[in-house]
Amino acid sequence: MSEAAAAERDPGLQPERTRLAWRRTTLSGTVCAVLAVKTALHGGPTPATLVACALCCALWLGLLSLAHHRIRALTSSDTPAALTSRHATAAVLCTVATAVCGAALVF
Amino acid sequence: MIDFARNVRVWFAPDEVRQEGRTPDYRFSLANERTFLAWLRTALALIGGGFAVDQFLPDLRWGWRVGLALALLAAGVLCSLRAVNHWVRCERAMRRGEDLPVSRFPALLSLVVAVVAVAMVVVVFIGWEG
Repeated sequence: MSEAAAAERDPGLQPERTRLAWRRTTLSGTVCAVLAVKTALHGGPTPATLVACALCCALWLGLLSLAHHRIRALTSSDTPAALTSRHATAAVLCTVATAVCGAALVF
Repeated sequence: MIDFARNVRVWFAPDEVRQEGRTPDYRFSLANERTFLAWLRTALALIGGGFAVDQFLPDLRWGWRVGLALALLAAGVLCSLRAVNHWVRCERAMRRGEDLPVSRFPALLSLVVAVVAVAMVVVVFIGWEG
């Protein structure tokens, strides 16, 4: 790598740290989804629990794809653009919907 | 409450934040994003805790088990909504060059977690005796 390119890179590795933060978040989401599926299938498969199970998996995939897009944006440039509020809201809505699914399952 | 309603509109209209003030150093925005993600992980952990209470404490009476699980799930929902709200407020404050917003939420959340932990201890002891 040339000296100019090395100087351009942020010495605090902010984009990398943010990328890893997204990775950790997907890991937490995975643990959550596994527990949700376990709860859904606990009492034997019925149509209602299978729907809840599929919904939790879809929400998990949604979170994964959001993280994937953001990580792509973070790694594609040295000074990545800020997170958009639509992106943040979508991630939060995935989380909230998982919790609502969970409340329905627990009842 | 009115501020919260105004912020909810901003969640879905990203351009509204962009129009205000000056774009801050990208590193500040990334730091704000990481804080948001840390809160989101906290919310996911609370939700996972709700599922875990339901799954791994089967000997508990139904009322206690469902009550605790729902309390944890509700705390997770609150935490994630607050995460995006705080992120929007910080982002806006940085653009306007104002002080970052302060919040009572961390203290509130720690109190709730402490109460839930004490409730778990009590419940486990009662469940053991009964």
